[in-house]
This record gives sequence, C-alpha cells and structure tokens, in this order.
Amino acid sequence: MAEHIVRAFDADLDALSRGVAELGGLAESMTTRAIEALVRQSPAMANEVIALDAKLDALQQELEEKAVLTIARRQPMAVDLRAVIAAIRVTHDLERIGDLAKNICKRVLAITGLVQAPKLVKGVEHLSQLVLTQLKDVLDAYVERNAEKALAVWEHDENIDALYTSLFRELLTYMMEDPRNIGVCAHLLFCAKNIERMGDHATNVAENVYYLVTGGKLLAERVKADTTSLEKPMSAQ
Amino acid sequence: MVAATQQEAPAPPTRRWRQSAAVGALATTLLIICVLALIGSPVLLPALAGALVTVIAALSRPRAEHKVWAEISSQETVRAGIQAIVSGVADPVVVLDSHGNVTMFNAQAKAALPQLGIGRHLSFAVRSPEVVSAVERVLREGTVAEAEFHEKVPVERSFEVRATPVRFDAASAGPPSASLEIVMLFRDVTAARRLERMRVDFVANASHELRTPLASLYGFIETIEGPAKNDPAAQARFLAIMREQARRMSRLIDDLLSLSRIELKEHVQPTEEVRLDSVLSEVIDTLTPLSLECRTKIEIEGMNRTQVTGDRDELIRVFENLIENAVKYGQSGGRVDVMLVDGERAVSVTVRDYGPGIAPEHLPRLTERFYRVDVADSRQKGGTGLGLALVKHILNRHKARLVVRSELGAGASFEVMFAKPAINEPA
Repeated sequence: MAEHIVRAFDADLDALSRGVAELGGLAESMTTRAIEALVRQSPAMANEVIALDAKLDALQQELEEKAVLTIARRQPMAVDLRAVIAAIRVTHDLERIGDLAKNICKRVLAITGLVQAPKLVKGVEHLSQLVLTQLKDVLDAYVERNAEKALAVWEHDENIDALYTSLFRELLTYMMEDPRNIGVCAHLLFCAKNIERMGDHATNVAENVYYLVTGGKLLAERVKADTTSLEKPMSAQ
Repeated sequence: MVAATQQEAPAPPTRRWRQSAAVGALATTLLIICVLALIGSPVLLPALAGALVTVIAALSRPRAEHKVWAEISSQETVRAGIQAIVSGVADPVVVLDSHGNVTMFNAQAKAALPQLGIGRHLSFAVRSPEVVSAVERVLREGTVAEAEFHEKVPVERSFEVRATPVRFDAASAGPPSASLEIVMLFRDVTAARRLERMRVDFVANASHELRTPLASLYGFIETIEGPAKNDPAAQARFLAIMREQARRMSRLIDDLLSLSRIELKEHVQPTEEVRLDSVLSEVIDTLTPLSLECRTKIEIEGMNRTQVTGDRDELIRVFENLIENAVKYGQSGGRVDVMLVDGERAVSVTVRDYGPGIAPEHLPRLTERFYRVDVADSRQKGGTGLGLALVKHILNRHKARLVVRSELGAGASFEVMFAKPAINEPA
C-alpha cells in the first residue's frame, strides 16, 4: 500500500489491522480452549473461557469505535475505505465466534461427569480441528492481505458441512440406542452446531478479506454439503 | 553494513576542508559588506545581519554534523553486531522496538512465524493473547515477562516465550524510554508437551482397545482348561482363534507405537529426497502375495521417475496402508489401480478400487482413530482402526493432502497430493 501524506493515517489503519489480528487471536484461543474443556470435561477451563468473553467484547467495541473515528477524521477512499469497512465486519464475525465458544463452555458445565464414552466427543473434536484450521488460515489471509488464501478457505467450508452431517447422524444413533444418552447427545449436537456456525463465520471473514484485497465479491452460491436441515427424522424401530 | 562504514570513513576530513573553504568565502563577503555598511548605506544592514547568521551557522555546523555522523556510524556497527548475534542463536529470536514493531529476527523465527516482517507489529505474526499481553507488560513495566503459546492446527506446536527489555545504547543521554527494546526468545517445547500427552493417550487407547481381544483370549483359556479339556479337535480350533487374537493385539500395539512416534515428530518436516516411483513399486512387490490371495490385480500407471521431499520409510507405510486397504476392502472389484501423476502444481498418487465403495457420511471421518465403517468386517480382516489415522499423521508431517472420493457401489479412490514448492515465491 502506498504511503499517505498524513502519516498518522497509516498509523491509524495499521493499528486497526493489528487490533483485528489480536481479536482474531483471542477468538482462536477461546475456541481452542473451549474444545479442550469439552474433551477433558474440565469445568475450571470452561469458566476461564466464559470470563474471556467480556474482554473480547470490549476489544471489539474499541475497534469499532476506532474504525468509525478513522472514517470521520480521514475520510478514507478506495482500498483504505475497504480496509476500514472490512475491519468492522470482520470484528463482528470474530465476536460471534467468541460467543459460540462461550456457549460451548456453558454446555460443558451442564454435561460434566455425564459423558460416558469418549467416542461421543471424538467426532466433535475432529470437527473443531477443521474449523480451527479454517479460522487460522483466514486470519493469516487477513494479515497477509492474501485473496487467494481467503478463496481457499471459502471453498473448504464444504468439508465442515459434510462432517457435521455425519456427526448429526451418529449422535442420533446413540440417542436411539439408549435414551439415557439423549441429554448429553443433545448438548453435544448443539456444540457441533456451534462449531459448524464458527466455520460459517470464518467463510464470512474470507469474503471480507477477498473484498478488502480485490474490491470484488464472492457471490456465487457455495455448494452446501450440510443436508441435516433437509433430513427426515429416522423412525425408531 | 560494516563494509559500507569502512568506505565512508575517509569522507569527513574532506568534507570539513570543503566547509572551511566555504566559510572563508563567506567571511570575505562579510568583510566587503561591512566595509560597504561603514560607508553608510543603511539599506545594507539586513543583509549584514543575514550574512552574520550564515557564517555562525557555517562555523558551528561541521563539528555538530561530525558528531552526529560518528554516533550513527557507531550505532550501525552495534546494530550489525547485534544482528549477527541474533542470527547466530539456534532458537527463534525477534527484536522489537518500543512500540512493539519488529526490528530484527533470525531465520528460525521466520520459519516458525511466517508472517514476520521488519517494521510490522509483532501481533501480525503472533496473535496469541498470551504473547500479546506479555509484550504489553514489558512495555508498561519494563520487566521480563514470560508466556507460553500453543497452536493446535495445522500441526500442534508449543513455545515458551521470554520477553526481555534491553537498552542497546545505554551510553546515549536521550530519554530512557526511547531506546527501550524487547528481545523475544522463543523456545520450542512441542516435543516435551507431546511426550507428556502421548503417555496419557497411549494408556487410554491401549487399555480400551486391548480389552476385547484379551477378554476373548481369557474365555478360550478357560474353555480349554474346563469343558474342552479332553477334546483335541476343539482345542486345536480354539488355539487357532487365540493365535489370531494375540496377533491382532500385537499389531494394535505396533500401530499405536508407530502412531505415537510419528505424532512426536509431526512438527518437524522431512528433508531428504525420495523416489516416489521406487517406493510404489517396492510396496506393490510386498503386497503381491496378498493380492493373489484376494484375487485382485494391481494395475500401475505413470511410474516415471518422480521425486518428492519426504521420509522413505514413512511413505512406504502410507502407500502400504492405502493399497492394502484397497485390495482387502475392494476385492469384490477384482482390480486396484495405482496412478502416479507428476502435475504442474503437485505430485499425486491415486489408489483406486472397484469394490463396494464408502457411504458419504463416513468419508469425512475415515482418518479418525478407531473409526471403522464396519466394525465386524474390519476386525475380521485384521484391521486395527489405526491405518488411516497413521496415513493422515504422516501426510501432515509431509504437508501433503489426502482426498477421498467414493460412491456406494462405485468403488473408492484415495488421492495423496504433494504440493510442489511455488517457483516465484519470495524467499
């Protein structure tokens, strides 16, 4: 990016991007730890993540204010304007990811001690790894201003949907096998849904990175592999 | 940088001489103006004042400039020295200025944190909140701060980070905060953390998976000791089953051990060059007896000389697993294709069978440990449920990808893709 005559403008834009990166780091760390709390069944860890959400919200608001001030003071144009707009949008998605991580932790508190077989959470853990990879790649793409990398993230969301569909069926099977599993599996199903939603937010971020770098939009409808909403309920035999 | 300093060293005396010549010229002009002023033209008074200022400035400049110049040159020598020390450290080192912007780093740091760039804030390369707050703490309090940061994807890594505030030019009389810098030392503790976790995982996995064959062994021993005590025909049959169970247990332990070993070094990329075609033909040779037994023909295609960066033994493991699976589970198709393609952006190996195929809901989960599409079928064919997990971890280490495509009734294909390094990528 070319330097501006007012160097404070560059500093403003730089501080904004830096803030988004740090916010992303926080969202990543909250997600990682939420999953760890789920796998290890650790209420202490879950509570730590829940406490972090306030910090994430405060940081997001601070960044949004900074972005508004930048528009008011510098009246950015072209790529600068896109950088500010993208920052506002991306912080929103990251804040939502933090909320979803917090929700997983609340569910960990509810089901601690009730998960009988480790295989129940294994699938959810696998799903989370895919989503964390997406999140890391998209944040790297943001920092590097790399449209190609963002596009790759946008295209890979399909894998997450496919895995979510598979998990949905598996958990349903456990519920039918033994009604005592229903409570735990319902919570796990929501955890899986939350993680899948995080993946959607990561693709939103990817769209914004693409917009920021190229000015274009990723418009074409993505191939949807999540078919659970179309699925007929299996009848108990 | 050092070379540049030596070249410029003789410059100051010349410059000073030239400056004194200028001063002489100016003084002469001044003298003339003075004379003219004395003659009594008040219009010339402002010109006189201006000239005076110029002379004073000219007289004082050479000394000041020389001093600043010397300071810069000594600072640059110091910085070059520091840079040399930083690049000599075996662990990743990053130096930050008083705003947290990166001023120096070594090659190890760049390898661990690819987003590092001179003049950019550290947060662009390390987003971890622990590290961000450690840097803030050092800048605020001026004391050493320590943090630990973990990365879970794409391969797990852990670093211990130590941020130390330093002043490189302690002698300078400037405001102290201006010269404060931070040296960040990253220590890779991935191996140690892995080892801790591996023990826990191993015990958990092993105890869970070994219980079933152990229980059946126990049952047969009891039967041989009791009801079948005098029945040699039944004993022979039971002993055969027991041998099979024992073999399964030992295979399971082997697989668990190799999985742990690979996980331990997953974060270290292999460096040797391997001939992929020779790996494949070796694997196919060892699997020929099995393919004859299963009445499956292994067809090969595109076996030209192709090299990838990798670990030979591990790649043999990968293709052994994939081709063995194809022969075993796709034997109803009677044919397995192995294709090696040296493409523009990637080298790929596809193993395709024409068996019953895999239902779509299983596809994304095949590489999970102990995940089996059909538990009974897998056990009967001697599967441990770890084969594809092993493949995934080895490929992770090679930064290669596994793509599985399948449709029920139409067979399955497993494609391994090794990305070629981009040619015009900036180093």
